[in-house]
Amino acid sequence: MKIGVFICHCGSNIEGTVDTAAVAEAAMAFPEVVYAKDLMYACSEPGQDAVIEAVREKGLDGVVVASCTPRMHEPTFRRAIERAGLNRYMLEMANIREHVSWIGKNREANTNKAVDLVNIAVEKLRRDRPLTPKSFDITRRALVIGGGVAGIQAALDLADGGKEVILVERTSSIGGKMAQLDKTFPTVDCSSCVLGPKMVDVAQHPNITLYAYSEVEEVSGYVGNFDVKLRKKATYVDWAKCTGCGACMEKCPSKKSLDRFNEGMGGAPAINIPFPQATPKKAVIDAEYCRQFVKGKCGVCAKICPTGAINYDMKDEIIEVKVGAIIAATGYDLFDYTKYGEYGGGRYPDVITSLQYERLLSASGPTEGHIKRPSDGKEPKTIVFIQCVGSRDKSVDRPYCTGFCCMYTAKQAILTKDHIPDSQSYVFYMDIRAPGKLYDEFTRRGIEEYGTRYIRGRVSMIVPKNGGLLVRGADTLLGQQVEVEADLVVLAVGAEAAKGARQLAEKLRISFDNYGYFMESHPKLRPVETNTAGVFLAGCAQGPKDIPASVGQGSAAAAKVLGLFSKEQLENDPQISQVDIKRCVGCGKCESTCPFGAIHMIDFRGQPKAEVIETVCQGCGICAVTCPQGAVQLSHFTDNQILTEVEALCLF
Amino acid sequence: MPVLEGRELRIVGFLCNWCSYGGADVAGVGRLTQPTDLRIIRVPCSGRIDPLFIVKAFLGGADGVLVSGCHPRDCHFSSGNFYARRRLEVLKGMLPVLGIEAGRFEYTWVSASEGQRWQHVVTSFTEQIHALGASPVKAVLAPEGPGLKPKGGDSAAA
Repeated sequence: MKIGVFICHCGSNIEGTVDTAAVAEAAMAFPEVVYAKDLMYACSEPGQDAVIEAVREKGLDGVVVASCTPRMHEPTFRRAIERAGLNRYMLEMANIREHVSWIGKNREANTNKAVDLVNIAVEKLRRDRPLTPKSFDITRRALVIGGGVAGIQAALDLADGGKEVILVERTSSIGGKMAQLDKTFPTVDCSSCVLGPKMVDVAQHPNITLYAYSEVEEVSGYVGNFDVKLRKKATYVDWAKCTGCGACMEKCPSKKSLDRFNEGMGGAPAINIPFPQATPKKAVIDAEYCRQFVKGKCGVCAKICPTGAINYDMKDEIIEVKVGAIIAATGYDLFDYTKYGEYGGGRYPDVITSLQYERLLSASGPTEGHIKRPSDGKEPKTIVFIQCVGSRDKSVDRPYCTGFCCMYTAKQAILTKDHIPDSQSYVFYMDIRAPGKLYDEFTRRGIEEYGTRYIRGRVSMIVPKNGGLLVRGADTLLGQQVEVEADLVVLAVGAEAAKGARQLAEKLRISFDNYGYFMESHPKLRPVETNTAGVFLAGCAQGPKDIPASVGQGSAAAAKVLGLFSKEQLENDPQISQVDIKRCVGCGKCESTCPFGAIHMIDFRGQPKAEVIETVCQGCGICAVTCPQGAVQLSHFTDNQILTEVEALCLF
Repeated sequence: MPVLEGRELRIVGFLCNWCSYGGADVAGVGRLTQPTDLRIIRVPCSGRIDPLFIVKAFLGGADGVLVSGCHPRDCHFSSGNFYARRRLEVLKGMLPVLGIEAGRFEYTWVSASEGQRWQHVVTSFTEQIHALGASPVKAVLAPEGPGLKPKGGDSAAA
């Protein structure tokens, strides 16, 4: 075998703290290395050309590139050596940037370490064999989880692209958080007027199957061929018969069900359609409050329903679907502000969240668009907005900036002035973050045209006073204490990962960060992909973002799925397990440990033997360790390869 | 290549490609300074790590071995880290029996977003190994060392 080693300078990123020429020189001493060279930028076109030229001129059989992490450029260099006529799997990389040059400044130690990493790459490459991927068919149908604006956009784009879409929504209507908003910044256009038509499109699109009031129960399979079980929760209303007339809601004697859509402002009937534009516009019974379930008798809705849709005996239903790709767009939930004792910890009815305030502003809300404070229904004249409630605060484990609160607070202050012209709004803020098209102009308008008073500082306490609330805080620009007697306090609560996001991530086999937001494959270059092939992200499930960004991500994820589905067939990664049939004793341990069902037992001349289903195997190698005979080996991560890497690193 | 005499010890790391390897990348991108002793071997899953690899490293004179995978319930292959945890926990109990101090081997969970955590893990593990000093295996098995002898054997014969 003839091996070529290429050490990348990466400008000064590597060369700055690693003597690449010395690494190249040392590499020449390793077995079967016939050529070693340092390159300015290995990934650039001249760099790749130099690799290709060397492969051809020196007749190399394999290439080691010592540069950045293989998670970045392994595909680049695989393609490069393929262009040079080699099998793309005859490549190994040594990570001498992220794991060496960027984490230490000692040039001698770094050079020494880089040589070691090249050494193990050479030793591994010596035991690599050319591999060929296998092709398999794709199910050209996508699953979108979450019917907020990101999921809606993704579903519509996919459906318009001619692909079947299954849209799953946990609540009884799509629309998500955006449907709860009254107006949107910076245009102050009506949220439901913008979103409504899209929701109708979803309902009417022939390519979209909507499962509302359903959740993902189980996911198995792999890119191109996922098997998904959905739990269609019992609504106790036959949706095929329900016309959404709302007669049941009017007559229902129980009015204390939690009105989730109105953020708990006012009660809802136990049988409910959350809002007029709900899609699908179908009723759901809340069994916790329904008298039929709680007391065992009532049946008013069953009597009143003109189509006889009520069915108290309904059970959850499991639906199995096959899809080729999944988009997770599960959105966010609001930070629980009661953790802040200084804002009353939930004791004062007139301290409300921004989304509750949004419902008060909305014409479809509990007060029909008139701002009335919860305690006595009076119109508030002085309103205090407090920003960064559950954002940028390490003490409540939310060090990140939610990003959109500054803007919606500015919007709510403007809307307040529109609703109540003789009102005065105060905003306690840390910094105003308005980095978007027309965003800063919008906040300035709030200050200059609508007279919103911005006070830079935090609020230290809120106490009841004269039927209102005394808000005491600091003005850090003036360096003095401020007191505002407010009629209503609105907390700009931050976003946090949706409830159940971690459990869903586990089902989808994707990662999440410390706060439960799903991890993208690369923060800049692969923002809607995950590290699990075939699973994509959109919207706030990946991290807090505003509506334009969520919509953009919905479209981006749809484009990725359409790209995937445009292929005739998919190719597997051939770095998978292989069974040495001579060594296999047919014990079946590998079959029982494989998380993918990729190993099955076959009859070979009367003896049981394990066989790997090549297109199902995902290359984890659990079977290889389980096999008591060493009969299962993971290509490119064989026992011998890893042991030889260990040997290369150890001293004797 | 020998370790830097007197300054570095030999620490071998086995890292899952999907989480800790990425976490180490994130630490690099963030320029989070770490000691230089560690050499990382990339594996597709912590479930791919045969305890044999770790024993082999110690017999080869490694002063410390660090394994890092995905947090429980966050495995890229859904259950690989559970297999790893069982195997490595057993190994951890066995190493002292082989004469290798317990502190020379650790396994930990670091996700692809936890660059700072990775920096902390590497730094504290390296400190721990430096506190323990060079592996006792070295004195016995190194080429210039006495080698393994049967109990009560004649040293002159070796």
